[in-house]
Amino acid sequence: MASAPLITFTDRGIYCPRADVYVDPWKPVARALITHGHADHARAGHGHYMCTASAAPIMLHRLGEITLQTVQYGDVICINGVDISFHPAGHVVGSAQIRLAHKGEVWVISGDYKIENDGISEPFEPIRCTHFITECTFGLPIFKWQPQAVIAAEINTWWARNQAAGKTSMIGAYSLGKAQRILSMLDVSIGRVLTHGAIEVSNGILRKQSVTLPDTIQVTPDVDPKAYAGAMVLAPPAALGSKWARSFGASSSGFASGWMRLRGVRRRRALDQGFVISDHADWNGLCDAIKLTGAENIYVTHGYTDIFARHLRGIGYNAAIVETDFQGEAAQSEESEAI
Amino acid sequence: MRDFAALFQTLDETTKTSLKVQALAHYFETANDEDKLWTIALFSGRRPKRAITTTLLRTWAAECAGLELWLFEECYPIVGDLAETISLILPDSSDTYDYTLTHWLNALIALSKEPEDLKRAFVIDAWDHLNGTERFLFNKLITGGFRVGVSQKLMTRALAQATGQDEADLAHRLMGNWTPQTTSFETLIEADDPEAALSRPYPFYLAHAVDGAPDQLGPITDWHAEWKWDGIRGQIILRGGTHFVWSRGEELMTDRFPEFAALLDFLPSGVVLDGEILGWKDEKPLPFAALQKRITRKTVPAKLLRDTPVILYAYDLLELNGEDLRESAFSTRRAQLEALLQSLPETAPIRLSPSIEANTWEQLATHRAQARDKQAEGLMLKRCASPYLAGRKKGDWWKWKLDPLTIDAVMIYAQSGHGRRANLFTDYTFAVWNGNDLVPFTKAYSGLSDAEFRQITAWVRQNTLQRFGPVRQVPAEHVFEIAFEGIQRSTRHKSGVALRFPRMLRWRQDKVAKDANTLDDLNEMLVIYG
Repeated sequence: MASAPLITFTDRGIYCPRADVYVDPWKPVARALITHGHADHARAGHGHYMCTASAAPIMLHRLGEITLQTVQYGDVICINGVDISFHPAGHVVGSAQIRLAHKGEVWVISGDYKIENDGISEPFEPIRCTHFITECTFGLPIFKWQPQAVIAAEINTWWARNQAAGKTSMIGAYSLGKAQRILSMLDVSIGRVLTHGAIEVSNGILRKQSVTLPDTIQVTPDVDPKAYAGAMVLAPPAALGSKWARSFGASSSGFASGWMRLRGVRRRRALDQGFVISDHADWNGLCDAIKLTGAENIYVTHGYTDIFARHLRGIGYNAAIVETDFQGEAAQSEESEAI
Repeated sequence: MRDFAALFQTLDETTKTSLKVQALAHYFETANDEDKLWTIALFSGRRPKRAITTTLLRTWAAECAGLELWLFEECYPIVGDLAETISLILPDSSDTYDYTLTHWLNALIALSKEPEDLKRAFVIDAWDHLNGTERFLFNKLITGGFRVGVSQKLMTRALAQATGQDEADLAHRLMGNWTPQTTSFETLIEADDPEAALSRPYPFYLAHAVDGAPDQLGPITDWHAEWKWDGIRGQIILRGGTHFVWSRGEELMTDRFPEFAALLDFLPSGVVLDGEILGWKDEKPLPFAALQKRITRKTVPAKLLRDTPVILYAYDLLELNGEDLRESAFSTRRAQLEALLQSLPETAPIRLSPSIEANTWEQLATHRAQARDKQAEGLMLKRCASPYLAGRKKGDWWKWKLDPLTIDAVMIYAQSGHGRRANLFTDYTFAVWNGNDLVPFTKAYSGLSDAEFRQITAWVRQNTLQRFGPVRQVPAEHVFEIAFEGIQRSTRHKSGVALRFPRMLRWRQDKVAKDANTLDDLNEMLVIYG
């Protein structure tokens, strides 16, 4: 008798029938395993949540009163014979790949991940498995990231140059993850760092769980922006170009995203500067990660799925596309996060 | 090429005109003469002939990156630019060359005659020794088409700033048939050169569209009105016993319109005429589609010459007896033009574009309503007292075009745009009903706001029925009002019609697919306006 697969794909999300758990489901379910706290992965309305201890504070902040069980990375929880464990994904603080194993069939669901150690998130660990479900937001060979130190130097040089010209620097970055990563890359000997309230909320939560971040000044109605000429301002992308942003006087604005790799996207945003930095794996990162799992069966979700799957099949994998609700097609995902 | 790459990057990163001029002026003050000359050439559309086909470039790039060709081809429409796609997929190099812009261009020009294996070796070696922007620019030098948001006017202004020369004078010097191989920075920009001056056209004065009704332009007696013709804006130069024909795009078209050689028999030397080149038969203009056949041919077969003869519909006189008339008033130039063309025989390939007399703006509006019957697009209004300016300066010349024809059509295919619009679905194919079938009849890719393009892009992504390379078939759901300037019968299109200047006027979210117009409606328009 052929046994049913350990994991199936349903219209509620990725499902393990034997353990009766879903991973990052997009419709309400009884039991949800959550890879990380971003809104398209951690949704409201589930009966019971499980995530890593370091992802929990953000989850609780965003989802309010939920029934939440936390685990440490590497801890194994056994449900009806399925061994379930969470492993660092390097995407944001607390983010995890989720491993489900039963009788030699081992599935790893990547969630969102990046290979490079950003110094804040728990660094990505490759996990051996037989079936790997991977995101491929940037699953094209045109997407290749520079080391973080190179981008840090770019940002700091730009900041210092703006400051010398009497301008405030303003970077648009997502309030959870990218903003803290940029913050940690800043050379704070250049000047003060101001933050938009939406970013400061995440900063506060992360500081409370002992993530070290440089000092910041939240921009409140009491703060006179003009008193901080030449400062660095971190704000959610939607705040750039707003009345709020104009209150800082002469400024130069930049945007930090993997999409900034493309000239067309950079120009469409009409910003002064694009910094190519992403919390998703680049082409080489995806290819390496897949290789390191040792898996033969690869399922690709959000991103350039059809192209990436065809490539994987061409080099000998069993690759299939899995439709998910994780922010539709890639170009949208980084551009549409609300404040 | 590092200074050129730095210039390019600055230009590319800002939308502010003042910063662009400043960056260009700085470059013109610091770069060497050869590089400056090439930069002027590139930014005025004078790129060297393509030495290597894009097919070869794609193949080599995929090989160098260790990718299968199909994967490269999938990346291209997402990036939207071949030169950029290549520079993005190649591995970074640690050991880079620092050659001048001129060095690379000369090498590429020399390469055009070499066999393929040498070309390949050269290009791959260059890719191996260039990074980032420089590698992108190297590819651009091969594939051509710099779009950096620098108009020739902007560049001229920066050059004037850097050299201390008069901007209008420089604009005139930059016109014409030069390439960096046939001149030098010194000759082009600084020295007097009567030889080069012979063929040099004047910068064209370009009109702005009237915003609404023209009565805010003041008393009608200050204005001269004439038809706005749908041909090719051209300048014909008769100097030193020879002639030159220039298009507005600064293309020398003398050989494409050999009939203008006859003008030398009818008009004196030292004459420069501004007007519209039109297909002309039985003393009236032929539709633009007829003229289009002439434009695409570098040499014209005798039959085409017979079927589609051209004339110049002259409307301005810029030079007479070798004297630059541009400073004098339009009415004076017009009088001189009329005198010059008076009593020419019908065999001369030139006509005076007639004036339209009207005592009030209302009267003029009545004339305008007749434009389609005259094969015209509308009216031109020129201030009688105005000099002939260079470029698109607002105030003295206005075009008062007819409202476009419109039709409601259903979007059936979408394709992503290029450059700034890469990654957005902006190029659509539209269809009208023929019974229960949808017949595609035009493409359009402008007229919507960025927000609308984003909205449609998201919809296309979620509703793709089928993919044909970069083209996506979508459900026939969305209706758009398509505006166009003219309609012609066409045997090349399934629908049997070809539109002139089609664009999206608005997204009719109030309509559903079955509300769109029909092929019969299009055919009716063809009968009335074709």
